[in-house]
Parts: sequence; C-alpha cells; structure tokens
Amino acid sequence: MELDPLLLSRIQFGFVVSFHILFPAFTIGLASFIVVLEALWLWRRDGLFLRLSEFWTRLFAVSFGMGVVSGIVMSYQFGTNWSRFSHATANVIAPLLGYEVLTAFFLEATFLGVLLFGRNRVPPGFHFFSALMVAVGTLFSAFWILSANSWMQTPSGYALRDGIFHPADWLSIIFNPSFPYRLAHMVAAAYLTTAFVVIGVSAWFLRHDRFRRSSLVTLRLGLVFAAVVAPLQLFLGDLHGLNTFEHQPAKIAAMEGHWEDQQGAPLLLFAIPDASRETNHLAVAIPLLGSLILTHDAHGEVPGLKRYSPEDRPPVLVVFWTFRVMVAMGLWMIFVAWRGSWLLWRRRLESSRGFLRLCSFSLPVGFVALLAGWITTEIGRQPWTVYGLLRTRDSVSPVEGSSVLISLLAFLLAYAVIFGFGTYYLGKIVRGGPSPAMPDGEVHTPLRPLSGAGRASGDEKE
Amino acid sequence: MDEWLPLIWYGVIGFAVFMYVLLDGFDLGVGILFPFASSRAHRDVMMNSVAPVWDGNETWLILGGGGLFVAFPLVYATALPALYLPLLLMLIALVFRGVAFEFRFRADRSRRFWSTGFFAGSLFASFAQGIILGNFVRGIRVEGVSFAGGALDWLNPFSLFTGVAVVIGYALLGATWLILKTEGDLQAWSYRLVRPLTVGMIGAIVLVSLWTPMMSAAIAARWFSWPNMLWLSPVPLITAVLSLWLWRAETRRAERAPFLLTLGLFLLSFIGLAISLWPNILPPDITVWRAASAPSTQLFMLVGVLFLMPLILGYTAFSYYVFRGKVRHGEGY
Ligand code: HDD
Ligand code: HEM
Ligand code: HEM
Repeated sequence: MELDPLLLSRIQFGFVVSFHILFPAFTIGLASFIVVLEALWLWRRDGLFLRLSEFWTRLFAVSFGMGVVSGIVMSYQFGTNWSRFSHATANVIAPLLGYEVLTAFFLEATFLGVLLFGRNRVPPGFHFFSALMVAVGTLFSAFWILSANSWMQTPSGYALRDGIFHPADWLSIIFNPSFPYRLAHMVAAAYLTTAFVVIGVSAWFLRHDRFRRSSLVTLRLGLVFAAVVAPLQLFLGDLHGLNTFEHQPAKIAAMEGHWEDQQGAPLLLFAIPDASRETNHLAVAIPLLGSLILTHDAHGEVPGLKRYSPEDRPPVLVVFWTFRVMVAMGLWMIFVAWRGSWLLWRRRLESSRGFLRLCSFSLPVGFVALLAGWITTEIGRQPWTVYGLLRTRDSVSPVEGSSVLISLLAFLLAYAVIFGFGTYYLGKIVRGGPSPAMPDGEVHTPLRPLSGAGRASGDEKE
Repeated sequence: MDEWLPLIWYGVIGFAVFMYVLLDGFDLGVGILFPFASSRAHRDVMMNSVAPVWDGNETWLILGGGGLFVAFPLVYATALPALYLPLLLMLIALVFRGVAFEFRFRADRSRRFWSTGFFAGSLFASFAQGIILGNFVRGIRVEGVSFAGGALDWLNPFSLFTGVAVVIGYALLGATWLILKTEGDLQAWSYRLVRPLTVGMIGAIVLVSLWTPMMSAAIAARWFSWPNMLWLSPVPLITAVLSLWLWRAETRRAERAPFLLTLGLFLLSFIGLAISLWPNILPPDITVWRAASAPSTQLFMLVGVLFLMPLILGYTAFSYYVFRGKVRHGEGY
C-alpha cells in the first residue's frame, strides 16, 4: 500500500493540535480565575481564598506543563509537515507567530516560575502581579494564534506573486474579517470550559460533603459567571456564523446540510448527509428557521453545496455533526447555568443533590464543545489551507509517507502515555482538595508548593 | 536597508539560538547527569535547581524556530522536512522531559518512570539537537525551494558525532551550573565531573575543527589561507586559554568561573561555525540573502524584537534574581 504523506499529515496535525488545545483552553480560563482568587485573597485576607488559589494553581501547573510541551510540537509542525504552505505564507503568517512568542510565551513562561515557586520569595503584591502576567500572556497568545488561523480562513491584506504571499497591509492582515469573531468566541469558549470544570469539581466536593465552605464559593462563582457568558456565547456564535456565511458560504452549507440553493431554507435537527448521493437521509427539519438564522429573514436565500464543484466541497458529514454537537453543548451549558442560578436565588443549591450530580456530570462539556467547534471550523474550510487560494494538497511537505507514519504513531503513543498519567495526577490533586490552613491561619507551605497531590487530604475546619 | 535586514536577522537568530544553548543547555545537562547522582535527595535538589526556569529557557527554542520561519522561510521550509526524524526525536524527548518536572513530584509508584523520562528526554533531546547541528554544517540537498533528499540523509557519522559532542557539552554546562547552585556533597560531586567532561568537550571541538575542513574545501580555504589564518587565529587561541583557565578554576574550587568559562567555550565554537559557513545559512548554497523573507516582513518583526527583547531579557534576569542562591534539599523553591 502506498502511504500518502498528505493524508497522514492531516491526521497527525488534527491529532496533535486537538490534543494541544485541550490544555490552553483550560489554562486560559484558569489563569484568569487564579488572578481573581489571588485578588480576593489580597483584599479579604481570608485564608480560604489562598487555599483555593493554591489548589487551582496545582491543577494549573500540571495542565500548563502539558500545554507547553504539546505547543512546542505544534510550532515545528508547520515546517516539518506543511513546508510548502510555510514557504508560501511565511511572509504573512510567520510574524504573527513570532509576535506570539515575543509577547506571550516569554511572559507566561517566566512569570509562571514566580507564580508556582515564588510565594515565599517575593512580596504578595508581586506574586499577584505574576499571576496577572501569566493570565495576560495566555490571552496575548490566543490573540496572535487566532489571528494567524483567521487569516488562513479569511485572508486579507496580502499580494500574491508567483505563488508567494506578500504583506501589503499589516493591520488588515492581523484584523482580518473573521478574526474579531473567532477571538471573542474562542476566549468565551475557554472561560466557559474552565467555568464548567470549576462547577463540576465544586459540586463533586459538595456531594461528598468535603470542603463545603470553599466549594460553595467556587460553585456560586462558576454558575453565575456561566449564566452570563453561556448565553453570550450563543450570541457570539451567531455573529461568527453570519461572518462565515459571508466569507465561507460553502462551509455554512456543509454545517447546515444544505445541498440546493434555496429561499426559506429549513433548519435540520437531524440528518445523515450523504456526499456521494448529494442528499440527506432521515432528515428532521424545522421549516424556514435556517434562512431566519442566517439571513434574519424567513425567506432569505441561502446557497447549497451543489453550487460548488465536488472537489471544492468540505466533507459534509463530519462538519454537519460536529457543529450540532457544539451547539447542543452550548445549550446544555445555558440550561445548567440558569437552573443553578435559579436554585441559588431560591437558596436551594446546596440541598439539590440531583442538580449537584448534574453539575459534576457536566465537567467535560466545555472540552467537547471546543473540539467540536474547531473540527467544524477546520474541516469546514477544506480543501483549502488558505481559503480559496492554497489547497491542502499543495501545502504538504515533500517527506516520505513512512516518515509521517512513524511520527504519527510516535505522537499517538507518547500522548497516550502523558495524557493517561496527566489525568491521573490531575485526579489525584482534585481528590486532595484545597489544602487546609495551619491553626494560626498561616499558610502551610509544603516541601514544594506543588506537591499537593501526595499530601493527605485533610478536610478544612469550618 | 534591504541588504542589511537579512544580516541583522542573522544576528538576531544567532542570538536566540545562543541564548537557547546557554539556558536550556544547562538544564538539559542537569537532566543528563541526573541518574548518576548518588541519592534521591540529590536528584530532588538537581531538579529543583532548574524547575522554575526551564519553561522560559525552552521558549528560546521556539524563538529560534519561529525566527527562522519569519526571517528565513526557505531554511525553515527545507531544513525541517530534511530533519524530520531527528526533530521528531527531539520533540518527543522534550515532551517527556517537560512533563517530568510536574509528574515526578506528583508520583509515588511511578516516580522511577518519570526520573527515567527526565533523563532519557534530556539525553535524546540533546543528542537530536547535535544531529541537527551537524546537518546544518554538512548541508542539505535542496532543489528549487524544496528539500530533495531522502528520509535518512541526516544519518551520517559526522552528525552522529556532533550529537555526542553536544551531549558532552551540555553535561559540562549542567555540572558547572550545579557547582553554582548547590553545596556540600552534591557540589563536590559536580566538581569531580568537570575535568573529564572538559577533556571530552575539548576533544570534540578539536575533532570537529579538523573534520569540517576535510569535508568541505570551502571551509578549509576559509581557515587555512593567508591572511585569514592570521585574522582567525584568535578563535583557537582563546579557546585554548579558556580551557586552561577552566582547568585551573576547578583546582581553585571557584564557584562561578567554571560555568562562565564553559559558556565562553560554547560561544567560541559558535563563532567558529559561523565563520566556517558564512555567508551561507544552509550549505552548500543557500545564503542569508537568498533565504530571506520579504523586507516588509523582516522589518515588521524587527520592530517587535527591538522593543520586546530588552523587556524579555529584563524579566528573565529578574526571575533568575528571584531564584538566586543555593538550592537546599527540603527547602524547595
Ligand atoms: C486559543 C488558544 C490557542 C491555540 C488555538 C493554540 N495555542 Fe498554543 N498555547 C496557548 C494557546 C493556544 C497558550 C494558552 O498560550 C499555551 C498553553 C500553555 C502555554 O504555555 O501557553 C500555549 C502553548 C504553546 C506553545 C508553548 C509555549 C511556551 O513554551 O510557553 C507553543 C509553541 C504553541 N502553543 C504553539 C501553538 C501553535 C503552533 C498552534 C496552532 C497550530 C497553537 N499553539 C494553538
Ligand atoms: C486549536 C484548535 C485547533 C484544532 C482542534 C484544529 C483542528 C484541525 C484539524 C482537525 C485539521 C485537519 C483538517 C483536515 O485536514 O481535514 C486541521 C488542519 C490544519 N490546521 Fe487546525 N486546528 C486548530 C487550530 C489551528 C490554528 C490556530 C492554526 C494556525 C495558526 C491551524 C492550522 C492548521 C493547518 C495549517 C492545518 C493543515 C492543513 C489543513 O488540513 O487544512 N489550526 N486543524
Ligand atoms: C451555543 C451556540 C453556539 C453557536 C451558535 C456557535 C457557533 C459557532 C460557529 C458558527 C462556528 C464556526 C466558525 C467558522 O465558521 O469557522 C463555531 C466555532 C467554534 N465554536 Fe462555537 N458556537 C456555539 C457554542 C460554542 C460553545 C459552548 C463552545 C465552547 C465552549 C464553542 C467553541 C467553539 C470553538 C472553539 C470554535 C472554533 C474556533 C472558531 O472558529 O471560533 N462554541 N461556533
């Protein structure tokens, strides 16, 4: 069998980037959450916030480590596997990644050291500042990498000469048409993902009657935050979709499962799109709603996939379904957050065991939505790496299929190992819970501030 | 201006790569020496001595790769596919070694596994970097703008040798770093490592200096023609002086000098290689000008570098200042 470096590179890239994004998504939100906890500690001087901050920082350290190592892999993928893409787009895209390194990675990495190990070496105010710099760094990072990705989706501000992209206008390269939407949607996604981890862990403690006081604080924070941001995300997602409708109509047609150009298009709730027969099986639809959402007019015109020649269409089945998974998770989040806020308002939160169980069950919804969203976006823009200009098959490196097979297997194996151990250690840290304060209210500094996982999980005294 | 930009960028990337070797070199070196320490307490101290800074150190590697992508995309797009498998080795090794910092401290039953991961990751990452370096010196087969060689071109005696050389050099950096950061038995142990590793490193430098002119007539002409020989003679001479000085510093039990002198040796080796290859950035014939990206791209990024680099160096120095002094067991940062 001939090993196809293109197919293998696509599988590999999709796999390593999906693995990577799990950690940034969590750490972007968590870094900001830690800033809030540190600020509360400085302000209120209540040891509870310090314990919480240290607890979440322990989880942060492990996730961040996995984010860093999988990120270093990413930054070399462009050259190793997509060298023709890199050569063609470097003039435009590379500085965006370069600015990410200079503004974000150094900031995060350096202040991370102080955040994790410096509590007793710097004044409290400076420790807070370090937490803030780490959080700012994660947001800068999101800014630049999403700018780069958005440029590939909706290129602008360039001149194309002899197959090489040249910069013409830096501002319009950075702030390309889909960037503001993607950035807002992604940052909200990261915050929601973290919020649901916080909600899930806190509810789990409450159900097991541990760390009641601190868990109630974080559960409330998480639910109220999500009650605002989850609906906001729906709104941002809608805006994002409208932007895509304008710039990448073929992607929208695939997400919606539309084959024909139509006025007053329905919204498909369920279907099995069939690319070879160019039709949907078992469709369940709400009439007119599709047009209403996309054009804000029940009889608006929406293009279908058949308008594009088959080699210009994205794989419709995947995109159709991952999009629905994301939206379902989004609606689920709104439901949980609102229900929780209602119970909170009626002062029944603690006693609603069923709801607490639902909360801990919802812990991974953010990750699921996030991956589903990215897969929609990235597979939806196929067959292009630079939309409409450079095809994926013209982007791949001249490497041998066997090399890519080796690397793919190596990454699968390595990531399986570190993911397995990583989640095990994260679980261990969670079970240890927010560490107890010493009797005199002093902070208990363990051998190493992070060695919390191994410590006895004494419950806090109320 | 357009003529100069690639030269400035050559300097910037040289600086980033040197910073990487300087900073990550010692923490990889600590990893290489890790299993040979006499007790678990020593190993904990060794790891703690680099734990707060390794992530920042590794960022220079991203800057090195990213810098090539920005300023010399032709190199990025030809050397990376050519070095596909050694890069894979380096990346996987860095993954294991990077997570080992956190994982090892959390583990109880799996501690040995992560100690091994830290060691093997450090060792193979260093070895792979040496192989990559060797291939940059030997050159890569390029046709037009694409790599045109085979998947195993990187596998040659010279590059395997530079792989070993880098492992020895990093180990020396690690040992001298430990002299700086530790005391007592562990420090005494580190002192004992300095001489054999210095001998190894000097041996490697000499061998590479003989091997490269034999490999390439251009390099031979660069060094052994008149009057170049005169202008370039300080490079080997200073190297010799620094080696002797390093030997003496060990006898005197100096604490800082060994580390600084080892850095000096690295710097000179670096300069030596740059002299051999100039004006190529990727032999045999990709020059800095040919590989350069669009002037507007180089300029746009250079502005960022000029403003942000002093800031980065500032807070990096500050974080080393925060974690200054000796690391003791049980204290942990
Ligand atoms: C929206 C967020 C986001 C997205 C889409 C990506 N990353 Fe990322 N990345 C981050 C957000 C982030 C982060 C939050 O900034 C991380 C997580 C842990 C960390 O150190 O920074 C990070 C780490 C990280 C690192 C290590 C930085 C360090 O040593 O501190 C590299 C080299 C990359 N990423 C590169 C990439 C590449 C090449 C990507 C795309 C193909 C990518 N990331 C997608
Ligand atoms: C972090 C979340 C991301 C996820 C989960 C993701 C997912 C994917 C997937 C599944 C593919 C394979 C698509 C296919 O070949 O069918 C892909 C391809 C690709 N993505 Fe992403 N992606 C993410 C972010 C990014 C970013 C931020 C960039 C660029 C800055 C990027 C650049 C690329 C490139 C160059 C390819 C290969 C070419 C292609 O197949 O189009 N991705 N991604
Ligand atoms: C609730 C309703 C939601 C709607 C209507 C919505 C809409 C969209 C749309 C239209 C896209 C594709 C953008 C493109 O064309 O490239 C997208 C992508 C994405 N979505 Fe959502 N979304 C929703 C909820 C969520 C939630 C809850 C999360 C995660 C917590 C999420 C995370 C993402 C991510 C990470 C992407 C890929 C990156 C991007 O293109 O922004 N979405 N979303």
